[in-house]
Amino acid sequence: MTTATDKSAANSETTAGQWIRMYRQMVSVRLFEEQVNELYTRALMPGLAHLYIGEEAVAVGVCETLRADDYITSTHRGHGHCLAKGASPDRMFAELLGKEAGYCKGKGGSMHIADPATGNLGANAIVAGSVGIATGAALSAKRLGKDNVAVCFFGEGALGQGVLYEVMNVASLWKLPVIYVCENNLYTEYTHFSETTAGDIPARAAAFGLQAESVDGQDVRAVYATAGRLIDRARREGGPSFLVCNTYRYTGHHVGDINREYYRSKEEEKHWKTERDPLKLLADWLVAQGLADSTQFKRIQSEVEAEMKKAVEFAVAAPYPSVSEAGEDVYA
Amino acid sequence: MLETLTRELTFGQAVREALAEEMRRDPRVCIFGEDVAEAGTPFKVLSGLVEEFGTERVLDTPISEAGFTGIAVGAAMTGLRPIVDIMFGDFITLTMDQMVNQAAKVHYMSGGAWKVPMVMRTTLGATRRSGAQHSQSLHAWFSHVPGLKVVMPSTPYDAKGLLKTAIRDENPVVFFEDKMMYTKLKGPVPTEEYTIPFGVADVKRVGRDITLVATSSMVQVALGAADLLEETGMSAEVVDPRTMWPLDEKTLIESAKKTSRVIVIDEGYERYGVTAEIAAVIAEGAFYNLDAPVKRMGAMHIPIPFSPPLEDATVPTEKSVFEVARKLCGQA
Repeated sequence: MTTATDKSAANSETTAGQWIRMYRQMVSVRLFEEQVNELYTRALMPGLAHLYIGEEAVAVGVCETLRADDYITSTHRGHGHCLAKGASPDRMFAELLGKEAGYCKGKGGSMHIADPATGNLGANAIVAGSVGIATGAALSAKRLGKDNVAVCFFGEGALGQGVLYEVMNVASLWKLPVIYVCENNLYTEYTHFSETTAGDIPARAAAFGLQAESVDGQDVRAVYATAGRLIDRARREGGPSFLVCNTYRYTGHHVGDINREYYRSKEEEKHWKTERDPLKLLADWLVAQGLADSTQFKRIQSEVEAEMKKAVEFAVAAPYPSVSEAGEDVYA
Repeated sequence: MLETLTRELTFGQAVREALAEEMRRDPRVCIFGEDVAEAGTPFKVLSGLVEEFGTERVLDTPISEAGFTGIAVGAAMTGLRPIVDIMFGDFITLTMDQMVNQAAKVHYMSGGAWKVPMVMRTTLGATRRSGAQHSQSLHAWFSHVPGLKVVMPSTPYDAKGLLKTAIRDENPVVFFEDKMMYTKLKGPVPTEEYTIPFGVADVKRVGRDITLVATSSMVQVALGAADLLEETGMSAEVVDPRTMWPLDEKTLIESAKKTSRVIVIDEGYERYGVTAEIAAVIAEGAFYNLDAPVKRMGAMHIPIPFSPPLEDATVPTEKSVFEVARKLCGQA
């Protein structure tokens, strides 16, 4: 197992194998989400589906710098975080379909996947709902004398919630090992963030004394390097930080959000998909560096496709929980 | 025979003793809230704890109820056993998302994977001339939410034994203390270790003609009313459920069956309040043994006024309970 220290040096010491692993992880997130879209449109998946396609470099770049015992909290758009932190697609699909074999026995669903084995404290369907939880996990780490850290993922929509500023203030005062990762995908549901967000985003965190930085969220190498540095800093008791990852949501707020032209243009979407795609950016760089070629990417694609197909088949075939299960797990 | 050493403690001293004993027993137990350390809270209930346990375990927070309650949820999930102090029960409104959407649901949504062993201590009660935002009794709100346990001690003995149980519980527990009792109510508390299980009502006075079910601040009122009734030859039984959830339905129903008349008295609002729930439980469970409708007595359905004569009119008194009991028994 790699340690935090050797990961923190990021790009200069990162091997081709690690970059290819990250490429594969991003492919996994994308193909997982494509399967979700398919399941949803075939009416096999109940509820809502918020896809992470386009934002893969954020979850993968950050989580690749984390250890298994580090914590994350996630959002309603959280499949990417769960996968990148190590969850397996079959149990995730099972959870999305409300099956007993799911991570939460089908009781959580798409927006609430949690998994202690991978340090996933849970996805949260309240915007900014997990900022306290992540900060509390960092408090535990510090108080119990461990060197693990907590990463709190949230979208830029969470910048509107007061509790975020309450906990950042405490994290700074108590010097907690927490990293707030703001995924700015430009749209809070159906509204451009500029209509809802005054001033400068990192400056909000800097005002509380957090180390605040911004990074190109489509460039997994940049995310990995910056997140690695901030996480290492937190691990060495350097205190909390705030990282804005500028990214883009390729699809609608949820799968049913088809007609989006009243809030953004098709040209804008096309630009991000063709010019700023995180998978393509990494693949192009790997080829240019002579670290990989297109046959490797094709092989990864077909391997992950097969893995996802198998995982979906597992979930579709899996049984629903018994109705008697409804009253279980209310209290520990 | 082992002689039980019993002293008289105030309600506040009993609370403090429970906290100190549990903090000595379990190093994971910590307290946070506003002015909890050197100040020992405005009610001085926590005086001396920071001197014994240090600022690592008794942490003053900013005035950020949502923030530090959320931090407690995350800390509880990851190895600490936090006790948050919400100075006035009115301020629980600021913690609602953290308690209702996070603390109460984490265990269930994760299919039992995560637990939230935390305690929220807060206050209730009017007649302190504190105005509408520092006088409410809002325990019904949390009693409505599955996943939470709600405790309402009425004596120093119960406060100590129930608080120790709350701290050892694996679930989020909300512990309501009547702030008027902190210094004014004294009672016997053994020196030996003891705990009181949740969901076990306590018959505070055995009677024959009518049952007075009373909670927290209203237990002393009911006992006073029972004294007045005794002078007129009526025998009242006083039953204290002690925990709103879990609720000891069996003891309530048995007492109602025995006496055939019941008044439920609670300082929360009568409309949609815990009196309504308890009255319904009794009506459903003892219908064929009742000789009168179950009567509710709670706070008037108005914001708590400041002016003393107005404020005093908002809550049930010994006299008003006495009069309602006489009427219910056909004596008035």
